[in-house]
Order: sequence, then C-alpha cells, then structure tokens
Amino acid sequence: MRAGLGAVRRSSRFQYGGVFMSRGKSSRAGRFAVIGVPYLWLIVFFLLPFLVILKISLSEMEGVAFGNLLTWKEGVMQLTLKFSNYLFIVQDELYFKTYLSSVRYAAVTTVICLAIGYPFAYFMARAERRFQPVLLMLVMLPFWTSFLLRVYAWKGLLSEHGWVYNVIVFLGLDHVLATGGLISAPGQLMNTSFSLSVGMVYTYLPFMILPLYANLSKMDLRLLEAAADLGANPWVAFWTVTVPLSKAGIIAGSMLVFIPCIGEYVIPELLGGPETLMIGRVMWDEFFSNNDWPIASTVAAVMVLLIIVPLAIFNKYEAEAQEGSR
Amino acid sequence: MMMTRFVGRSWLTAGFIFLYQPIVALVLYSFNDSPIPNVWRGFTFDWYVRLASDDALLSALRLSLKIAFFSATAAVVLGTMAAFTLVKYKRFVGRTMFSGMVNAPLVMPDVIVGISLLLMLVAVERVTRDAFGVGFPDRGAFTIWLAHVLTGMAYATVVIQSRLRDLNPQLEEAAMDLGARPWEVFYLVTLPMISQSLLSAWLLTFTISLDDVVLSSFLNAPGSTTMPVVIFSRARLGLNPSVNAVATIIVLVVSIGVILASLMIVRNERKRARDMAEAARN
Repeated sequence: MRAGLGAVRRSSRFQYGGVFMSRGKSSRAGRFAVIGVPYLWLIVFFLLPFLVILKISLSEMEGVAFGNLLTWKEGVMQLTLKFSNYLFIVQDELYFKTYLSSVRYAAVTTVICLAIGYPFAYFMARAERRFQPVLLMLVMLPFWTSFLLRVYAWKGLLSEHGWVYNVIVFLGLDHVLATGGLISAPGQLMNTSFSLSVGMVYTYLPFMILPLYANLSKMDLRLLEAAADLGANPWVAFWTVTVPLSKAGIIAGSMLVFIPCIGEYVIPELLGGPETLMIGRVMWDEFFSNNDWPIASTVAAVMVLLIIVPLAIFNKYEAEAQEGSR
Repeated sequence: MMMTRFVGRSWLTAGFIFLYQPIVALVLYSFNDSPIPNVWRGFTFDWYVRLASDDALLSALRLSLKIAFFSATAAVVLGTMAAFTLVKYKRFVGRTMFSGMVNAPLVMPDVIVGISLLLMLVAVERVTRDAFGVGFPDRGAFTIWLAHVLTGMAYATVVIQSRLRDLNPQLEEAAMDLGARPWEVFYLVTLPMISQSLLSAWLLTFTISLDDVVLSSFLNAPGSTTMPVVIFSRARLGLNPSVNAVATIIVLVVSIGVILASLMIVRNERKRARDMAEAARN
C-alpha cells in the first residue's frame, strides 16, 4: 500500500516535471505580483502625494482651483512655475527662524538621546544573557502604550504639584534652568523649551536604544580581549573598538530620532509654549487655521528638502543593516 | 569591574524609571478623587463610571478600533509582500527606490505624510467629480485607513523582514525539490515559520493606528473622529482625569496583550527548537 502511494507520488512528480514550463511562467507572474502590488501602492500613496504638494506649491491659483503647470495654447507649450511662495518663505523671518529652531531642537534631542541611550544600550547588551529578553521587552513596552498619553502624562508631571516638578523645584534646579534660558522664570516648567525637550527626549529615547542594542549585542567580545592583550585599558578599548564598531547603530538611531523630531507636532502642541517654534506646528496652523494650502504645501516641501539628506543616509544604513546581517 | 557593574545597574534602573514613571502617574491619577489634577485627594472610581456615558469618546473608540483592525490587516499583507520582495528578490528594476520608499515612512514626519496624502486625495476627488459627477474618495474612515496602512506597512515590513531573513532557505528549497509550487511553498513552509512575526507586526501596526493623531486630523471628516483626536483635543486644553482613565484602560489592555503574545511566542519558539532537535536526531 505504502509502496503504491510512493509510486503515485513519484509519477505525479514526473507530471509536475512535464509541466515545468507553465510552472516557470506562473512563478514569474507570482514574482511580478509580489513585487508589483506593494511597489504600486507606495508609488501611488507615498511618492505621488509629494509631487502633488510640489505642484501645488508652484502653481498659480485660478479661483479656488490650482492652475496647471503645463499649458498648451495655439501650438505653444508653456511651463508656468510660480516661485513666489518659496520667495515668501525664504524672505519671511518667522519661517526661517522656525526652520532653524526645529533643526536645533531635533539636534539637541538627538544628542541627549545618544548620551542617555548609548550607555543604556551598552549596559543592556553586556547584562547577563538570561536577563536580556526581559530588558528588551521593558524598553519596547512603552512603545506599545499610547505615545499621545505618555506625552500628556508629562504635562501633569511638569505642572505645579507634579512629582517631577516638585523634585526639580526642591533641588533648586529650576534656578539653573532659568539662568540657562531654558525656562522663563523659576517655578515655571511647563510650556518652555525645557518641557518640550524633556517630552521629545522621552518619546524618542527607545528609538535610539533599540538599534544601538541590536548592534552592540551582536559585537564579537573577543575583539575586546584582543585589545586588552595588546595593552589597551578598558576605557581605550571602548573608544577605539566598541564605539567605531557601533557606528551603524549610532547613525541609524540618530536618524530615527532626528528626522521625525524636525516635523514633530503633537509634543510641541502639548508641552511647548508660544516661543518654542517648531515647523510642524506652523504648517499645521497655515493649513487648519489660515486655510492657506499653497503656503502649507510650500512649508511641507521645504521641510522635505531639509530632511532629504538625513533620509538618504538613514536609508543607506538601514538597507546595509538589513542586507548585511546575514 | 565592580564599579562598571554598579554604574551599569544604576544607569539601567534610572533609565527605566524615566521611561515608566509617566505611565505610573497616568494610572495613579486616574483614581484621584479631585477635580484639580495633580493634587491627591483620595481614591475614587468616579472617572471610570463617567467614561461609560461619554458618548463622544465611545463612538470615537469604536471607529478607531475598526480602522485599526482593518489597517493592521492590510498593512501586514502589504508588509509581508514588501518584506518578501526585499529578502528574496535581490535584483529588479528600481530596487533601491523600492527599499527607500518602504523605509521612509518610518521616519517621515506625520505632518508631511498627512498633508501630502490629503491634498492628493482632494485632487483625485475633484477629477472624479468632474468626470463622473460623484467625487471619490470622500474624506472619512476610508482615507484615515489609507494613511494608517501606509505608515503601518513600513513597520510591518521591518518586523517581518528581520524574521524572513533569519529563515533557513534550505527548508524552502527542499519543499521546491519535493514538487511544491511556489505558492504552496509559501503557504505550507514559509508562512508557518513567519507567523509569529506576522502577529507581532499586526499588533504593532494596530497600536500605531490606535495612537495616531496627526494623520487622522488631516484625513478625517466632521463625522469621523477617532479616539486619539478626541483625547488630543481634551489634553490640549489642560489636564483632564477622564483622559487618565482612558489611558489606564489602554495601558492595562496593551500590557496584557503584549505579555500574552510574548509568552505565546516564547512557548512556540521552544516547541520549534524541540521539534528541530527531534528531527535532527531521527
């Protein structure tokens, strides 16, 4: 009986072999679909929208509609590009200041996240093996609980009577912050550069820790032994071996923090103040309060220009990390 | 050596306190019997009782859950395809652009994605109205879903891709050699092996969708407000204990879900390791 089944199976295999051509064709069609569907989706819903805002930022208004960039009239093709929106943004001091201040907040957040996150990821990666999955889960768990609500929680913590507020005021740190210009006056922590930075560092810290941990936990520890054998003390070995080897993790983590921080809207809206200028918030107001779509599109297009270089770096390292780890 | 260990432990402890104390504060103050937030007056369940009759929030929650469910499902399907493409097909035209577009939404600020998607959909709506007399798509649940699938797909791809890359390709090759067609190989061999990553990707995209304020604000219509948008508009005005109560419920549900899912994953992983060892022995 068993032998019989085997024979049937064998013969059916030959049949498959016989229709090999059509199999090849169907697998080509399958491959085409697997690549094509997500590709098309991304082109239509991710790439095309950028071209649309680029077009809107460059077109002349015709009543409530936007004019075409290319027009055809009596055999003459005309390309009309209206740069006045861009000129307006470049010449207006407020926009320039806002872009600058967004980049500054994003950079400061990135540096602080790196300063806290690198040692954190390092100690995690060097903790006992059996504790590491738990530590990793503890870093990821806040990811799963609403980001909006955790930012909102800081509003309570930094307002009067909040416990972080109490600790800072008790230690007299608010005077230090006020001298540094991070808060307007001692005892006033909310709606300042300080509260905004705390919220951004808090929100983006896990994004820094996770790629660094992934990188550091894969490091070959024998390299450190080799460094020690060659006479490097642990501190020298750390700076000359561990840090350079974790470069990819540092760059990936920094970009994961820096790029979204530039356009952040929710955190400045909840924790920032009137003088903490962030470009995401300005764009939001242009769109929702002023209903000025062309200017909002232009602000967004310039924001894309601002992040395109960091984005390219991120993509390069992300691709390398994904291909290289095999 | 002792010194390093001490510094390490303190650093980790301090870091976890930093990460977790806002969550503790949210939960604690949801039981605060005081209209003035931040001042502890005593224990109450009052805010939870009030939630039950908070119609604006409840209907927004229903819509959010619906959108999150469907967007997570679509994002995982598209993410699986994208991950499969990136891992299996090393050469095709425009691969660099493809991987760039897959990864970009991970970091792209939401305000940019929101405004550009909205303006494109408005343009499409105008064109279809001129052509057919009916504008499509209307702003609402559908357009929010689109945006959530777009960002969710990026996260799903990363999660699934890392699992797919670690698979032993010999198993799939063996199935091929034994006469399985490509889609049979996928259903019978690949899919069971990546199922856990599909589950984690689904949960992750579900929570991301359930948490989104910016995309939903751009793409919603007056009748279709999602829960985060309601919470955000309240949180903007100041501290509000009803927000704390919602937060506590979310934290509870999510923690239980994540812990259960990871327990399940650990158990399955052990079982797989055992099966593998068994198979190797025979």
